[in-house]
Amino acid sequence: MSRPAHRRPEYHKINKDLFVLTYGALVAQLCKDYEKDEDVNKYLDKMGYGIGTRLVEDFLARSCVRRCHSYSEIVDIIAQVAFKMYLGITPSVTCNNSSRNEFSLILDKNPLAEFVEALPAGRSSLCYCNLVCGIIRGALEMVNLAADVTFLQDRLKGDSVTEIGITFLKKLDEKKCRRKK
Amino acid sequence: MAIFSVYVVNKAGGLIYQLDSYAPRAEAEKTFSYPLDLLLKLHDERVLVAFGQRDGIRVGHAVLAINGTDVNGKYTADGKEVLEYLGNPANYPVSIRFGRPRLTSNEKLMLASMFHSLFAIGSQLSPEQGSSGIEMLETDTFKLHCFQTLTGIKFVVLADPRQAGIDSLLRKIYEIYSDFALKNPFYSLEMPIRCELFDQNLKLALEVAEKAGTFGPGS
Repeated sequence: MSRPAHRRPEYHKINKDLFVLTYGALVAQLCKDYEKDEDVNKYLDKMGYGIGTRLVEDFLARSCVRRCHSYSEIVDIIAQVAFKMYLGITPSVTCNNSSRNEFSLILDKNPLAEFVEALPAGRSSLCYCNLVCGIIRGALEMVNLAADVTFLQDRLKGDSVTEIGITFLKKLDEKKCRRKK
Repeated sequence: MAIFSVYVVNKAGGLIYQLDSYAPRAEAEKTFSYPLDLLLKLHDERVLVAFGQRDGIRVGHAVLAINGTDVNGKYTADGKEVLEYLGNPANYPVSIRFGRPRLTSNEKLMLASMFHSLFAIGSQLSPEQGSSGIEMLETDTFKLHCFQTLTGIKFVVLADPRQAGIDSLLRKIYEIYSDFALKNPFYSLEMPIRCELFDQNLKLALEVAEKAGTFGPGS
């Protein structure tokens, strides 16, 4: 995938297919290594977490977002700025819970799963793009927001859309309670 | 050099990177014959001038080098004690370089954590909530600029008071950090940064910033 041009004077274009293939190879290898779907999901989430803790600084350095004052602002920025910057898509945001702690990102197009038709038999509870959930969780934790990020609906499992649910938990650090992303 | 140093402080207040890029101007090298008319004393693992200020050598200056080779605290490069060496008439005439003592890395670590604490106090003292914390510390000889990211990492730059464009330099250092330190898979977060590419790009960025907005000495 090509990087946005404003980042550097010379920018490198990488073929998106190479990236999608790499991700596919990663998931396929994890499936070979681990029998249970929960394990594969767990490790994808863990890897995503490590990526998220680093990616968040890159995101903040390059996107010049201001400090947010509410959870809905944060989810809007994730959907409109972060997803756009890194995956080239803009999911839509809905708020599930009236106490404003649960949000959903609805993806109509998922570049990572573009060439995946359906999950193989016996892998019905595999979350193919769980890496993305881990990335979001890691990124939020670096700005002192604990959150639960999971796939609520997945097109690969037969649902109509792909939906990522973000539930904000109690803030990690009470003393720095005013520092939100 | 209009930009003196760069410090990067992690979330816990530990110094993870430090770069000094200035040549101290107050250094004097002179040749002496026995007996030495300066009074030297040992203080804090360094040999300092206690009395006998003259010719650019001031009280408080440390012995930096003897006969061209840098001294190591209170020992010469060969391992002999400096005061003993200078007390022996057989070693004269000797050329000694004096200058303002440089900070050791331990001292820099302590100063960085102290600044981290001051920064926290500054944020709490603020009458409004959500203060940005200390952004600038001004003295007559330098200005200290600080930028804290939303993730808690602080970038501190000490520069000449007349140097402009430090804000954009701080943002640029943040980008360089996110690129060459964080994207290195073998770098662990919050640990001291030992990445060649980070060093090189940081030095380049400092040069560019100096040329772009300086009214400092020598230009």
